[in-house]
Amino acid sequence: MKHLLSTKDLTTDDVVALLHTADHMSEISNRPQPKVPALRGHTVASVFFEDSTRTRLSFETAAKRLSADTMTFSASSSSVNKGESLRDTIETLTAMGVGTFVVRHKSSGVPQQITQWTSASVINAGDGWHQHPTQALLDAYTITREFNSPESLEGRTIAIVGDIKHSRVARSNIDVFTKLGANVILVAPDTLLPNDISTWPVGTSAGIDEVLEDVDVLYMLRMQRERMDTALIPGLGEYVSRFSLTEKRAERLAPHALVMHPGPINRGVEITVDPSDLPGSRILQQVTNGVAVRMAVLFTILGGEATATLSQGVEA
Amino acid sequence: MSSSETHGVEILGAADVSRAMTRIAHEIAERNPDLSQLVVVGMQTGGTWIAAELVDSLCRIVPEVSVPLGAIDISMYRDDFSLRPIVLSAPTDIPFDLTNRTVVLVDDVLFTGRTVRAALEALNDHGRPRAVQLAVMVDRGHRELPIRPDYVGKNIPTRFSDEVSVGPGGVRVTALEENRA
Repeated sequence: MKHLLSTKDLTTDDVVALLHTADHMSEISNRPQPKVPALRGHTVASVFFEDSTRTRLSFETAAKRLSADTMTFSASSSSVNKGESLRDTIETLTAMGVGTFVVRHKSSGVPQQITQWTSASVINAGDGWHQHPTQALLDAYTITREFNSPESLEGRTIAIVGDIKHSRVARSNIDVFTKLGANVILVAPDTLLPNDISTWPVGTSAGIDEVLEDVDVLYMLRMQRERMDTALIPGLGEYVSRFSLTEKRAERLAPHALVMHPGPINRGVEITVDPSDLPGSRILQQVTNGVAVRMAVLFTILGGEATATLSQGVEA
Repeated sequence: MSSSETHGVEILGAADVSRAMTRIAHEIAERNPDLSQLVVVGMQTGGTWIAAELVDSLCRIVPEVSVPLGAIDISMYRDDFSLRPIVLSAPTDIPFDLTNRTVVLVDDVLFTGRTVRAALEALNDHGRPRAVQLAVMVDRGHRELPIRPDYVGKNIPTRFSDEVSVGPGGVRVTALEENRA
């Protein structure tokens, strides 16, 4: 695996292998001294053209736990303000010896484009509405480990609630969840569903009340107010009344059901109850697992084919 | 010429392996009068079953002490990372602090010594052991680092290209063709 641009490039076996590698990384993260020398001498640059707290810091933590060197590029404090092009930025950083770019951009396809300009590996950390592959992997990791079924989500029902249309998280997660065999239901007003939904391997529901009792996982998306240019919903009050996870609705969830959210939460919009009061909430566990999964991605990309069939010849 | 495996030669049988294991357990008990400070750590995955058997034997020899058993994965500590594909086996499982304990590190075959070097580095991330001793079922020579075993099941001179397999059923050496691609 040279790049991670989209979950669509991963086979089910690739996903399972990455999650298995993440088990190793979780063990490392749980040590008193959570650091191993595996990626000594590698340089990982985070190149973020869009704001981020957890993804950027999660990747940087992951790289550091594997002993890679890290650099951070943020558009707001760089020569982008002097007119430097994206291509020049990438070529400049490549010339400094960067071996892996972790890229976030508001436009879909930018990470793919960057692979044409550098010999380094590129990891998509979110591009427009398109993809956010490490989020999907960390969510699959969280769910499979929680339900103790490391290779499959067969028989599980996952409802993804909210702004599907503008969500790269939804696109990546639908792909990975269905690859692992889960039954995915999208819960959103029609205006927040993509137009081409008929070809997707998912069911839909027009309100959260219809699905609460049946789900193993309630996956709440963030209302992406920064990506909405028109009034797609009549008003937040209306949205909250039909789609928000309230205290009353939370009580109707099955005892084993998980509540997840990619963060950051718009409190009072998607979730009107304090997440720390929800016994099923795994929102902070997602953040913890995010580091382990990103370690697994970096390790797999930089370590060559971790899933290769070379089972012999490993010196004893 | 294409590489073809010749038939492996059995060097030790199941009874020999079992006897060697019991002997090593006695040697460990002899060299470490205070077994309460001892832990046994098997290297994933070839060393883990041997480590488990050694702990069983130690329990029989000194029933009043229970010796903790751990497993260590050294994939993240290899010195040939990115030179060859890394196959992840099973994760490390050391649910105790190694500081001031005597660690018996266990592997099936001692060859170049590079895996042991990596394991020594990995162990240190779980505390600072008072001492580390090395137990292996087979020492096949060809060391590339200054590392020696404390307990050996059997010394077996081999060619560098040979393959040595160790299991509860015995030890086999398979000669591969010298000039394989």
